[in-house]
Amino acid sequence: MFAYLVKRIFQSVIVMLAVALISFLLFAFVGDPVSNLVGQDTTIEQREIIREQLGLNDPFYIQFLNFIGHAVQGDFGQSWFWKKPVAELIASRLPVTLELVFVSALLAMGLGMLLGVLTAIHRYHWSARLLLTVSLVGVSLPTFLIGIGLIYLFSVILGWLPSFGRGKTMDLGLWETSLLSADGWAHIIMPAVTLSLFQMTLVLRLVRTEMLETLQTDFIKFARARGLGTRTVYYRHALRNTLVPVITIAGLNIGLLVAFSIITETVFQYPGVGLMFLKAVQLVDIPVMSAYLMLVALIFVAINFLVDVLYFAVDPRLRTQTS
Amino acid sequence: MVKTEQSRLRVFLDSDLVHSFKRSPLAITATLATLACFAVALLAPAISPHCIEPICLDLMNGLTPPAWTEYGDPAFPLGTDEQGRDILSAIFYASRVSLVVGFAAVGFGMVLGVALGIIAGYFGGWVDAVIMRLADMQLTFPSILVALLIAGVVRSIITDLAERGILTGITFEDVAVFVLIVAIGLSDWPRFARVARGATLVELNKGYVAAAKVLGLPARRIMVRHVLPNLMGPILVIATIGLALAIIAEATLSFLGVGVPPTNPSLGTLIRIGNEYLFSGEWWITLFPALGLVTLVLSVNIIGDWLRDALNPKLRR
Repeated sequence: MFAYLVKRIFQSVIVMLAVALISFLLFAFVGDPVSNLVGQDTTIEQREIIREQLGLNDPFYIQFLNFIGHAVQGDFGQSWFWKKPVAELIASRLPVTLELVFVSALLAMGLGMLLGVLTAIHRYHWSARLLLTVSLVGVSLPTFLIGIGLIYLFSVILGWLPSFGRGKTMDLGLWETSLLSADGWAHIIMPAVTLSLFQMTLVLRLVRTEMLETLQTDFIKFARARGLGTRTVYYRHALRNTLVPVITIAGLNIGLLVAFSIITETVFQYPGVGLMFLKAVQLVDIPVMSAYLMLVALIFVAINFLVDVLYFAVDPRLRTQTS
Repeated sequence: MVKTEQSRLRVFLDSDLVHSFKRSPLAITATLATLACFAVALLAPAISPHCIEPICLDLMNGLTPPAWTEYGDPAFPLGTDEQGRDILSAIFYASRVSLVVGFAAVGFGMVLGVALGIIAGYFGGWVDAVIMRLADMQLTFPSILVALLIAGVVRSIITDLAERGILTGITFEDVAVFVLIVAIGLSDWPRFARVARGATLVELNKGYVAAAKVLGLPARRIMVRHVLPNLMGPILVIATIGLALAIIAEATLSFLGVGVPPTNPSLGTLIRIGNEYLFSGEWWITLFPALGLVTLVLSVNIIGDWLRDALNPKLRR
């Protein structure tokens, strides 16, 4: 167990270092940090002093070590466009993305499981078949088209839901949440549905397959023979047995939600970190871009590491193999 | 020669693959739809009713609705965008860009991935370890994210170089298509590498590879002439599904504004342009390119699914 964990940590560190190197190269060689910080009328001597202060005249490896040192402390410098510390920008926008991902994950799990159970129980009903076919088509559609379709239907034609922004927010001290007001929910529901659709289909199909298998097993037959009600059999006994694979897959796919949140945020102009990154690309705001690269790498490395550890904890076969 | 070609054709026509194809109406429809998309893309200059170059656009024609609606103009069957560009012609040309990027990206990812996969499988040891660890590390990130990050970073580098006057005469718009091809191709190589490595390991245990080794053939020749042809089945399957994914990736990146620029639009760029007019009621600028994209992606996906089932020996009866 210990050796395995060390190996995994080692791999994660290598990935992080590789991404840090790319971020640093971007930081060091693209754009001129000095002219992006000062006004037009700064003299060459003053610029040279700032260069020296920023450590831009240091040797390459010292700059890289400094960069990592600062990054570990969460210091990514000033954004060239927003003229604010990058850390502050991320701190204000990351919760927005996380809230969106959180709501999407809940939707995908909740609705996906419910529909999965229903399509398994009523497997020959026409609506179950229709749902399965539609879900197949839905999976092969690009996310942004689904978003545009929802906006057109619910905002343009029906006028029920707002199409952009996150609505009214409430300051919780650590971050501003939009999940405590009806307006916030009205704003988050379409982005969340768009983002969760793919995941929901996965969960639906997985739960359905697992349920169909479980319903064939002896303990379900026995539960029925004991005269338990159909509901108890389905939800207490059968569903519980499908949960382990579903939770693992869903956990693994949280990363996908984070990745696809960039697209959803663009379609709905939802002000999270993904939208910030795309804006930074358009404006060549290098500090923001390099910080975003590190942030994304950290999120994915962390998720993968956690899932691996979880696998390890759940599956005894893995433990015996390595020891 | 002619005779062997003919008999090869007959063998092919009599194969399981063709028989299974004939029995699947869905696969036939999807193939026809895909071929139609290819034909439209190939013949775009010949069949487009209008020229879509900026020089021949007339702003007076801007935002004409489709021909069958009240204010439609029969000259523009699917309407026009804000610059007076005929939507139908724009879709024809755009599907060209989408397909070129899709094919080139998959080709690039496939060549890179398969080459590295065969090398990893054939040599084993530390070569294998390095290549596959690299693939594992990249697979930590979803491929669309990798493509987006590469395209975004390269885009800002080129913009910066152009602004500082180091790169003169080249703007991002000129190289956008190549950047996209490389970005999407690079994001996709680990899938090919994994499959190629796995299949190579299986082939290495077979007699013919041992025979080739005993004959003293060089490793490169064994890999290219003997192992590679036997990997074609599984590689074809992931390449087909990869094509659909690459087309989606291209459309997504173009929609996000880090892909193909509006001067030579792809389907994703057209949807991005149209999206700005959705609220003022000009739905046709978005809808028709979107339908084109969906048709293309869906039919390629269906072919990929069918191919996977048809080539899977476990499912063969």
